[in-house]
Amino acid sequence: MSTPDTAATIAAEVAAGRRRAEEVCRAALGRIAARNGELKAFLELTAEHALERAVAIDRDVVAGRPVGPLAGVPVAVKDNLCTTFGHTTCGSRILAGYVSPYSATAVERLEAAGAVIVGKTNLDEFAMGSSTENSGYFPTRNPWDPERVPGGSSGGSAAAVAAGFVPAALGSDTGGSIRQPAALCGVVGLKPTYGRVSRYGLVAYGSSLDQVGPLAGTVTDAALLLAVLSGRDPRDSTSVDQAVPDYRGALRDAPLAAVAHGLRIGVPAEYFGAGLDAETEGAVRSALRVFEQLGATLVDVTLPRTPQAIAAYYLVATAEASGNLARYDGVHYGYRTPHPADIEDLYSATRAEGFGPEVKRRIMLGTFALSAGYYDRYYNKALRVRRLIQEDFTAAFDHCDVVAGPTSPTPAFRLGERTADPLQMYLADVYTISANLAGIPAISLPCGFTRAGLPIGLQLQGPLFGETLLLQAARLYERATDWHTRRAG
Amino acid sequence: MVQVCGLDVEPIIGLEIHVQLATRTKMFCGCPLEFGARPNSRVCPVCLGLPGALPVINRQAVELGVQAALALNCSIAELTKWDRKSYYYPDLPKNYQISQYDLPLAFDGLFEFPIDDRIARIRILRAHLEEDAGKNVHDLPGCSGIDLNRAGTPLLEIVTQPDLRSADEAREFAVQLQRLVHYLGVSHADMQKGHLRFEPNINVRIHRDGQVFVTPIVEVKNLNSFRSLHGAIAYEIPRQVEEWLATGVTAATGNKRNRGWDDTREVTVPQREKEEAHDYRYFPDPDLVPLTVQAAWVAELRERQPELPLCRTERFISEYSLPPRDAHALVEDRATADLLDHAAEAGGDKVVLGKHFLSLWARFANERGTTIAGLRISPGRLAELANLVATGRINATAAAQVAEAMLANHDAPTVLAEELGLMQSRDTDRIAAWVTEALAANAAAVQDALANPKKARAARGFLTGQVMKLSGGRADPKIVGELIDRALAERAGA
Ligand SMILES: [Zn+2]
Repeated sequence: MSTPDTAATIAAEVAAGRRRAEEVCRAALGRIAARNGELKAFLELTAEHALERAVAIDRDVVAGRPVGPLAGVPVAVKDNLCTTFGHTTCGSRILAGYVSPYSATAVERLEAAGAVIVGKTNLDEFAMGSSTENSGYFPTRNPWDPERVPGGSSGGSAAAVAAGFVPAALGSDTGGSIRQPAALCGVVGLKPTYGRVSRYGLVAYGSSLDQVGPLAGTVTDAALLLAVLSGRDPRDSTSVDQAVPDYRGALRDAPLAAVAHGLRIGVPAEYFGAGLDAETEGAVRSALRVFEQLGATLVDVTLPRTPQAIAAYYLVATAEASGNLARYDGVHYGYRTPHPADIEDLYSATRAEGFGPEVKRRIMLGTFALSAGYYDRYYNKALRVRRLIQEDFTAAFDHCDVVAGPTSPTPAFRLGERTADPLQMYLADVYTISANLAGIPAISLPCGFTRAGLPIGLQLQGPLFGETLLLQAARLYERATDWHTRRAG
Repeated sequence: MVQVCGLDVEPIIGLEIHVQLATRTKMFCGCPLEFGARPNSRVCPVCLGLPGALPVINRQAVELGVQAALALNCSIAELTKWDRKSYYYPDLPKNYQISQYDLPLAFDGLFEFPIDDRIARIRILRAHLEEDAGKNVHDLPGCSGIDLNRAGTPLLEIVTQPDLRSADEAREFAVQLQRLVHYLGVSHADMQKGHLRFEPNINVRIHRDGQVFVTPIVEVKNLNSFRSLHGAIAYEIPRQVEEWLATGVTAATGNKRNRGWDDTREVTVPQREKEEAHDYRYFPDPDLVPLTVQAAWVAELRERQPELPLCRTERFISEYSLPPRDAHALVEDRATADLLDHAAEAGGDKVVLGKHFLSLWARFANERGTTIAGLRISPGRLAELANLVATGRINATAAAQVAEAMLANHDAPTVLAEELGLMQSRDTDRIAAWVTEALAANAAAVQDALANPKKARAARGFLTGQVMKLSGGRADPKIVGELIDRALAERAGA
């Protein structure tokens, strides 16, 4: 089985007419056919649509028409992004069979850049979870060890990239849902600054935290996708009107050399405390030494509100989710209970039957947090903590350029290991949640393997709209190491 | 204070009014606002509440909201935000309504209007923007349907303080508000299409034996006519007194009740409600960023604010010498009222313009099924015609003929009057000839005019009439009068 080339290589070769997009697409579909049955990364393949797109790109190349920076690159898309082709289920039974009449801005931008979307990937239902075991359909397995979870909620996208099905995929990150599965699957995952990428067509979970971002085999490919995805979208009021830098150009040798020396890497003590797996800590600390060897300086920083982040996150995210998910009621679209007695029964039975247990738990938690008499005590207090976390980062970035630490406290855990204990599951996001609360960008990249051969992720966090430096730091490390060249299976 | 069941009763009434704004598109999406379109044909992912869709604020809705709020003398918020109001209802696609909770667009206003020879002053608590829901359709065979064409329609919700004291006053408030928003162009204000909906909050203070008892507040939902608003309040006042006499229940936290209005029986009826109090769980909508309302923009809107109908009516009465009823009717149609002002600004005689607008122009507009503004005659031409009359160059009958000609072609009134031969003749030689002819033919009248004090006035008038007749109505009456006087004086002296 061939490993795929990078997105950058494919796009260059297809654009130059050295390779046909259709051939690239068929190869990807072949790799998927060989191993997706075991891994279950995809909820649905959109092969017909993908081949049509690929053929169209080939025609453009032959005709000498301009093609985009992702010409012919096979991409997988998390199934909480709306697509007019295939279904959009969010991994939920309540949206079984749902077809969106429009495509998400992120999807439109990818396709406009020439990407060939081969399928919709599995996720924890409505992106609520850290293992993809909460999918309403089936769990996805980790390509490095199929007995283990790929992380979540973008577990399908991370597994698809790690298994070599596609060079890149789209995920969404509300509390770590791109970075944590990227870490557990040994790939690169980037959560952009809140507002950098349009959320239009991303099915909302926690609207003030959600952000669409890329997962890819390399930092350069992540940069390539980010450049395509970024920019103001008039359909999303929270998207920001800020110039999109040349992310990929910033990764060339000259600009990289310019930033390596004097790069200040902040190391927060709070990210190396109790609960951190020893092998993970070892790998991350080794990575920090690599940065030192590259000319960077390590700086001790403090993020004192880190312990409160999980509580604040589970109030803000669930409060917003309780509103966002109210629309799934069986009245207008999606699943409807077959024999409702009256309208109240239609609502409650549809939702009881259509939602899985974790989604129900979070809706109830969020509804409670917004209830009269509890609003100030929970929701408002969480917003105050959120502001304090933002202040923590602002203060830390006075002393450093990026903050480094582990992405996940542990490598991939076994399927079923944590499903009985939601609190244990929530801890998987302990290092990733703060970036969503603060709105800052963060990237996870491979930084080693456990003795059992499981990938370990290094997380770098940067200031608002600091994606360029984040990618440069990640690329500096990647260039000095070879973790990213290893492939699962 | 009114008397009910022999008790002194003071009604306390506040109003919530939903005004549908006259925007081109919906509050948070680009769907056109259209009444009576095929069900679910004016919808998109945003107003359908489809997964992944996001709202975007309609700037025009904010602008219209600010205009209405300024006319209600409200303060405009510098920072206003959007909140989700959660409740499950089939015509509410997201199961939350985007509204404004603790930072409304406008607040602390005052609306004044005349009623019964006094000025009512009603304080406005707040005015905020929100989206309308769709409509449940129950007349389908065997099932209910939902039409979401209306979903997402921009509404301005205006809330008064409980300053109204009678059904009459509440109705007059509503009438004047309807007039105002229509006049400002903020709303089409079509009552038939439900553009204004009223929800009065009513209770009464009962005075007995030096003590005051306050009945529980009743909110009557969804009234869409002035008649039902008046009826519901007029019905509630004695009903609440009777209920209090029967039960002794007074206002307390949690005993506010909703009632509906039965239009055929003309009574309010209790509405079926869930046991628990509604908890709408308001919270800031994370999909919309808070809106900073620029002070300069508000100042600009304030600057552009037209003269409001009540002031304008008063001015029309004094400036154009219009009867109050006619002034009121004229002001209703803002374009026509503007045209009148523009014609006056163009130098037209105000009193004659006023007369022309009430009589001849109004008649032509009626005949053609349009408004005076709809006749599309320029202010300059209107002024010119008025001045031809005011300076005596044509008479009123001629003015009507000229006006009719003005509707048919674009020539100036003076040109038309000349072409039609309607211009008063100022040729004193010709007029003098007509005078000589008339005096010669009517010796008896001349005699009366000269020597019979009882008949002199009438005789002189008769002679004037004869001269006008000879001139075919074209002689300038002023010159005719002068020449007759001179001729009579000559004969007296001879
Ligand atoms: Zn719409």
